[in-house]
Amino acid sequence: MNWFMTFRVAVRAIVRNGLRSFLTTLGIIIGVGAVIAMMAIGAGAKARVEQAFAAMGTDLLILLPGSSSSSGVRGGFGSQPTLTWDDLAAIRTEVPMVKNASPQLRSNQPIVSEDQNWTTSVYGVATEYFDIRSWPMSSGAIFTDADIDSSAKVVVLGQTVVDKLYGPNANPVGQMVRIGVNPFRIVGVAKRKGQSSSGTDYDDAAFIPFTTHAHKIQGGLGKYMNGQVYIQAQPGMTTRAQADVTGLMRDRHKIPPSGDDDFSIRNLSEIASSQAESTDTITTLLACVALVSLVVGGIGIMNIMLVSVTERTREIGVRMALGAKPMNILSQFLIEALTLSITGGLIGVASGVGVALLLTIKYQWPTLLQPEVILVSVGFSAFVGVVFGLYPAWKASQLDPIDALRYE
Amino acid sequence: MSTEGASDAAAPEHPLIELSEIQKVYASGDVSVHALRGVTLGIERGEFVAVMGSSGSGKSTLMNILGCLDRPTSGVYKLDGAEVSRLTKAELAEVRNKTLGFVFQNFNLLARTSAQENVELPLVYAGVAGKERRRRAVAALTRVGLEKRMDHTPNQLSGGQQQRVAIARAIVSQPKVILADEPTGNLDSRTSVEVMSIFQELGRAGITVVLVTHEPDIAEYASRVIIVKDGYIQSDKRREMKEAIVPPEFVPPVSARSPTGGQA
Repeated sequence: MNWFMTFRVAVRAIVRNGLRSFLTTLGIIIGVGAVIAMMAIGAGAKARVEQAFAAMGTDLLILLPGSSSSSGVRGGFGSQPTLTWDDLAAIRTEVPMVKNASPQLRSNQPIVSEDQNWTTSVYGVATEYFDIRSWPMSSGAIFTDADIDSSAKVVVLGQTVVDKLYGPNANPVGQMVRIGVNPFRIVGVAKRKGQSSSGTDYDDAAFIPFTTHAHKIQGGLGKYMNGQVYIQAQPGMTTRAQADVTGLMRDRHKIPPSGDDDFSIRNLSEIASSQAESTDTITTLLACVALVSLVVGGIGIMNIMLVSVTERTREIGVRMALGAKPMNILSQFLIEALTLSITGGLIGVASGVGVALLLTIKYQWPTLLQPEVILVSVGFSAFVGVVFGLYPAWKASQLDPIDALRYE
Repeated sequence: MSTEGASDAAAPEHPLIELSEIQKVYASGDVSVHALRGVTLGIERGEFVAVMGSSGSGKSTLMNILGCLDRPTSGVYKLDGAEVSRLTKAELAEVRNKTLGFVFQNFNLLARTSAQENVELPLVYAGVAGKERRRRAVAALTRVGLEKRMDHTPNQLSGGQQQRVAIARAIVSQPKVILADEPTGNLDSRTSVEVMSIFQELGRAGITVVLVTHEPDIAEYASRVIIVKDGYIQSDKRREMKEAIVPPEFVPPVSARSPTGGQA
């Protein structure tokens, strides 16, 4: 008996009990649909996290000044400036694992254009800063090293600041703004970067040379730097760079082996991967729940196949009398179970994809459909069909034709 | 068994069916039931045999063994020269498919399946290709006079027509033996005669028919009557069979003879 004939018999038997077959496959449909929707949501969330960290910059380390500790009261990180300009120079020159480094001084300042004003974070940075954070200009250019050396009053505005001062689509390059009491010339506009994972608007910012910031905006602190250092490691070398910078800083600050660091280093790729890991864990958990529903669906198929075998005992007897071998009967019922489960799997794929698309279109949830997840869930539903269809099919094939023919 | 199957009617050549000392014991718990206590029997090609007996006589068991649906506890069963009493389930299925045809009291057609597809079923298991299958099914249905009812499902057919579909299904794979278990049990007397005339026709075409019945007037149409009692053959008589003449208003069902079926 060829496969096509067997398949046709199976389809006919399934269609004959349409509602029953549908209810039976519902478990598989829900299971596969849930797996696909869950995985799509999980992958989407993970992609968003990764994207958010990529927006911070790649291979990024942030060096923060340490905590003050006086009379046993310990302040938080950054409560005391412990980083010096010489530290920065040493990091730049003495650590081969460091590709780029830039200071980031920060203060809140009102920026005034001809007819508008907007208070934003003003950052004092080096020219490398834009490279470290992979942040290109949408118009104009980054200020130059010469501007840094001369403490030039030039500014690069974030897109949000431009929107607030000049309105969207304006190109203010070349115009003058006032920051604090000093007039600054706008030399560039940074390309829109969007929000951080915690919802901070990256584009609500203005950037000026760190020398200008130290001299004109926030009074200088002599050899101490009142800010952080953004460090870009050599590609893929963040962990080594972190260790090297830590060693260098401990050396320079003369911290004994037992002493605590008076600085801290944030490794963003580590944070990113731990975030991605927790998303993965949740996704896996959800997928496991969905898999359980697939197994429950498989039991449903087994149940209905047992009913089907019992109902068709006489038919099995007739087929055997006419020459069907046990193998023919086995494959007939196995293919019926497989047809049920694979059909359920395909409907499940359609509904899972539908749910994912609906969430994205209607609620802007990030979802990511992975073809391998779809293949695996259809494969798994087929596997469920074989596993749970095998026993009923085997039972049918072992019927005694005499008893089967006599069955009422 | 070293001895040749010795039937009471000594045959010059191998009989088609040869049973010697067939025993069948059903063990249920401590009690064992002897359904057959040593049956020796030979049936020739083209014979039309009626097996009679009361219920519990062992005739059903005999039919099951003849039909390769069951295996004897001991004894030798040679079908067309081949020993079949020790074959596996799958091998028995093949023998049933190639050598035997079955007709049942309650027809046993697949419901909601057309007459033609029902008839094709044995060929499906024989692995015959679609086109050839259809051709042979049409030929078999034509032979039983149902060429105009091929697309009908069993519930659209009368009892007599259903039994003719079942006969077409039994002959479609050109078997050597047709086993009919009370084939007229659910039919009125006129359709019973119809069915018997088809069997006589098949006998003339060289096919052996073994029929189980408890109705003596049905057994009259056979050329040999075997009576089974308490697991033994009580009597075995050959006689002139009564011609099954269908009442005049009936259109003869056998309109075309098989070109392949030689005279016995």
